[in-house]
Amino acid sequence: MTEPAQDSYQDGNALAGPLREIFAVDVTAAGGQCVHCGLTGPVASLRVYGHAPGLVARCPGCDEVVLRLVRGPESAWLDLRGTVSLRIPLPAQGVPDGSEAGPA
Amino acid sequence: MGFISRGFHGRPRDEGVKLPPGQYLVHDFPVLSAGPTPRVPLDRWEFAIDTEDGRTHRWSWRELMALPSETPTVDLHCVTKWSKLGTAWKGVSLDTLFADVESSAEYALVYSYGGYTTNLPVEDLLDGKAWIVYEFDGEELAAAHGGPARLLVPHLYLWKSAKWVQGIRLLNEDWPGFWETAGYHNYGDPWREQRYQGD
Repeated sequence: MTEPAQDSYQDGNALAGPLREIFAVDVTAAGGQCVHCGLTGPVASLRVYGHAPGLVARCPGCDEVVLRLVRGPESAWLDLRGTVSLRIPLPAQGVPDGSEAGPA
Repeated sequence: MGFISRGFHGRPRDEGVKLPPGQYLVHDFPVLSAGPTPRVPLDRWEFAIDTEDGRTHRWSWRELMALPSETPTVDLHCVTKWSKLGTAWKGVSLDTLFADVESSAEYALVYSYGGYTTNLPVEDLLDGKAWIVYEFDGEELAAAHGGPARLLVPHLYLWKSAKWVQGIRLLNEDWPGFWETAGYHNYGDPWREQRYQGD
């Protein structure tokens, strides 16, 4: 019933700028899982429909909605209900050097 | 804030035309879409009204075509700020489709092929205010604009005029739709500039 190849969408890198306004990290580098079909992959691999009242990011496997972002004049609405979770790469935390802990 | 869509950039107002606040005039017909365009063969197309007590009224394409049609000419106002005036449509009034529907529900959830939904009060669908349209400008309605048939509720922002309409679910409680659950106004009156929640 659908012919995605004829439709106008961008890849998930189109989310980088809009999400940078909200998050301190680049969320397009995060790994996510689609609630609907279980496909895993980077946010950058989503199909983003932007000629709309908001950004609608769909799963490349099943076309269901994974993420929606609406930017109003004073607020943004972010809907992640189509995402099981996001694995967000972060800098490694400091490794204890033993000077602050250990047997007294 | 330019990332949402091109439509959010300000445009000069046309002189001498009365538009809802914040709107600008266009002469083309912009295509907005939140997903892949559904392609529904007419022999499998069906429209339904589902009542609050579980009854379903169905129309095939042939049955829809056999109903009396109207040719409304209306102005369109998109929440992304463009307005298009004097658009000519052909379709069936919702008054005709609701003629044999027994319901006391106050709320409607419109649903589409492809999964889109939008909500509005039932009274906004009746008394000559809404149609299921299948022709635009004398031509069959293109899939990009919601063909083979879409809802037309021109007194509300255009996101309420669901493309690729499949049915209307009548409900005793309001059930916000696709954009209404993502920050957009629950009712969407362009003349009161009800774009976002809280407007």
